[in-house]
Amino acid sequence: MTLLVLAAALGVVAVVTGIGVFVADSMARATFLLLASFVAVAVVLLAFGLAYLGIVVVLMMTIEMMIMVVFMVMLMMNPAGLEPMTMVHNRWGARLIALAVFAVLAAGALVVPWPVRPGPPGDPTTALGADLMGPQMLTMTVLGLAILATIVGTVAVSATRGSRR
Amino acid sequence: MADPATLLPLLLLAPALVLAAGLAAVAGAVTAGDRPTAPVVETLRLLAKQRRRTPADDPLLARIGLAVLPVAAVLALAVVPLGLPRGAPVGLDVGIVWFNAMEVLAWFAVWTAGWGPNAVTALVGGYRMLPLGLAYELPHMLALITPAIAAGSLDPATVAGAQHGLWYAVWMPVAFVLYLVSTAAMAFWGPFAAPLGRDLAGGAAAEHAGLDRLLLRAGRWMLLVAAAAMAVPLFLGGGAPPPITGPDAFGGPAWAWVVVKLLVVLAVLLGLRRVMPVLRMERFVTLAWVVLIPLAVAQALVVTVVVLL
Repeated sequence: MTLLVLAAALGVVAVVTGIGVFVADSMARATFLLLASFVAVAVVLLAFGLAYLGIVVVLMMTIEMMIMVVFMVMLMMNPAGLEPMTMVHNRWGARLIALAVFAVLAAGALVVPWPVRPGPPGDPTTALGADLMGPQMLTMTVLGLAILATIVGTVAVSATRGSRR
Repeated sequence: MADPATLLPLLLLAPALVLAAGLAAVAGAVTAGDRPTAPVVETLRLLAKQRRRTPADDPLLARIGLAVLPVAAVLALAVVPLGLPRGAPVGLDVGIVWFNAMEVLAWFAVWTAGWGPNAVTALVGGYRMLPLGLAYELPHMLALITPAIAAGSLDPATVAGAQHGLWYAVWMPVAFVLYLVSTAAMAFWGPFAAPLGRDLAGGAAAEHAGLDRLLLRAGRWMLLVAAAAMAVPLFLGGGAPPPITGPDAFGGPAWAWVVVKLLVVLAVLLGLRRVMPVLRMERFVTLAWVVLIPLAVAQALVVTVVVLL
């Protein structure tokens, strides 16, 4: 029961900060609010005993927000981002799409017949990994290494020496 | 949970880290040719000074970031087994991942601290944290998981206990060196002090005064000490005496060995700061991606193959 109340409270935090992302007029505040929203979701995972997944969400989302900032500097009209800005364009279309996606996901959560836990759970992280990857675990591991090698190779080829380009 | 014996280390964790960071700052002042009292004088001066505001700033966000920095350092230290009889203040079976997640919060802290004042030098300093982070993080992650692979666990206490006779610093030296480098980098300290660089008149710290500046500068030392403390269980055998002395040649409590090893790690880092200039971020990014990441992958691969065999 306490767990449900906690999860509901954290869900409210996640939704409110998520809405805040689109209300904030500053790129930095929007980034912070999005991170706060993800951290609230991560704490829900932690509360359900999924320690590894919850902590990885905090780790990955923090890095991801910071990488997003790098992309903002590269792509935005106002690279420093200190001017007021808005995260929303095409307001009505965006609202319609957002509501439709939310409805589909919420309906999915309610309609899908949830499986019954067959026995005492083992390590949930291992179970999730095996479920997601299945027999393709080796393929994905090799692919991951290949992607890393590609990135390193690209950087090695494209990096120029010195400060003047 | 309410057992006072388990709560006491948690309560003492923050004061202990502040004290250790203060001592490290004193040692840093001495090795930098400053007076040993300089950090104390500076702390008192900053405590007495007013905070500074700039036009059209975002003080709320900056102060959230500045407060996150020391808190993240304390939370990172919480999972490090310090040789106390009950293990780490917070025993967590995925402690290494937790440590990594807390230490990454420093990116956010420095970036918002640089963003908040709405000033050029501070903003550029804050942004320098991002290439620094993207450069050190992957070698750092690989250096963290290499001992975890060897021990078969993400729990720092298990990793420390798995090093019978042979410390991981000897058995995986590349990972150890990369860990030490990334310790300085994650604390944006020494050769990696570019986000707070003198060429930017203080960078992310340029416009902060009083308590704000104190949080940033003290938080940096706290992060450095917490990261250096993690090197002890991961690479230096935790609270065990050095194996070269033979069985039980030196006894002594485990926490004392942790302190001795932590002092050695900090001394190495202070020496590194003395001999290395502050690196330019674009140079370090190239070095990290072209040299350090392949080295770290190779080290992890060697350890994995040996463990599998």
